[in-house]
Amino acid sequence: MTVNDLAKIDGFNTIILSDGSLEVSSAYTGDLLSDVIANVGDDSVLITVQAHKNTIAVCSLSSMPAIVICNGRSCPDDMIKAAKENDISIFETDDTQFLASVKIAKALNL
Amino acid sequence: MQEIPINTYSSPTVILDLIYRLKVKDVMYKDLTCATMSSTLREIQHLMKKEKITGVPIVQGKRLIGLVSMDDIIQALDKGYIEEPCKAYMSRNIIVLEDDMPISFAINYFDKFSFHRFPVLNKEKELVGMITSRDISATLLVEINREMEILEKSQASNQPTNPNNINGEIHSYNIIKHDFENAGYASTQIKKKLKKGGVATQIIRRAAIASYEMEMNIVVHSNGGQLSATYTPNKVIICAQDRGPGIKDIEKALTPGWSTANDWIRSLGFGAGMGLPNVKNVSDDFSIESSPKGTSVTCTINLQKKDEENKDDSK
Repeated sequence: MTVNDLAKIDGFNTIILSDGSLEVSSAYTGDLLSDVIANVGDDSVLITVQAHKNTIAVCSLSSMPAIVICNGRSCPDDMIKAAKENDISIFETDDTQFLASVKIAKALNL
Repeated sequence: MQEIPINTYSSPTVILDLIYRLKVKDVMYKDLTCATMSSTLREIQHLMKKEKITGVPIVQGKRLIGLVSMDDIIQALDKGYIEEPCKAYMSRNIIVLEDDMPISFAINYFDKFSFHRFPVLNKEKELVGMITSRDISATLLVEINREMEILEKSQASNQPTNPNNINGEIHSYNIIKHDFENAGYASTQIKKKLKKGGVATQIIRRAAIASYEMEMNIVVHSNGGQLSATYTPNKVIICAQDRGPGIKDIEKALTPGWSTANDWIRSLGFGAGMGLPNVKNVSDDFSIESSPKGTSVTCTINLQKKDEENKDDSK
């Protein structure tokens, strides 16, 4: 599926849609950025509560096209700006990371 | 608008060097005109006129209590309380800068907030100065002039090129302690450079992991330092050099899960004790040296494809 399909998932609010055509083939759930950068696979969406600019750096370095920020946390402006500059899309949801992961797994037919 | 048209993470290196090297205390004005809570707004209005300033900090001893701006005075004139003490009318929620911060912070603040000036506090939280965007522009112009002069001179003297540059290129980046705002910039540049050079994706990934962890280590744990990347046709050598305080027990630091990070750092998603182990894991060659004067970490990644597969499996 693509980033555009993430935007359609129930309960996901689009904060910024940078490049909706990018491929999403997997997902990674985690808040420890060192763990994320070390283990994430290609074309993965990141499911996390880390709503700050460094998360964008990690996504950009690991070629992740999108982030889902969980538990109703909101993104600061500098994070959204950095996402835009790096072609990364951001979604916010009130869901827990577990629930968001399940929804994405279903959308990926896993 | 007060916006300062300098991008604090993708401007030319010369400019980035400047805005990180210059501290708020180098730029701020220290000759402050202050008032106290019992000063009337009328007195403050006269102060502004006399000193040709548009904002007056309200202090108690060396502590900053509030700020009266030209807007506050206009309000007071309009609503008729200009003769009253400023205590009830001054702005109390004030955004301040610290004198040790690089001016990149100040530039970001001016671009982020619509204030015309920021009070500057020292480590003891005492008011030591004020900074306006004009102070920054003026200082930057002087410094840029100086840098341009040096550049022109070095071009004119036609020096032989640095022998290191014949093999490839060396890029180095200054990393500031606790500068989470710009953390990740150096590693992103290294990644871009390798991508441009057509290096295989998996190898770029390893270089990105190593450089990011090394960069974050300087930001999180050190007093600041430098990250450099040396590019040769066969390998990239990434080197982190900081200015202390050193690692007490290197063996422990290389143990996955061992960390000295505090709760604040951990809440940002760092300090999981995975940094150095991650770097070591993706390196083809890895070395570390540390003393209280500083730590230096060198990581070499071969750009050939041969051992890519087994490195990729190890986690």
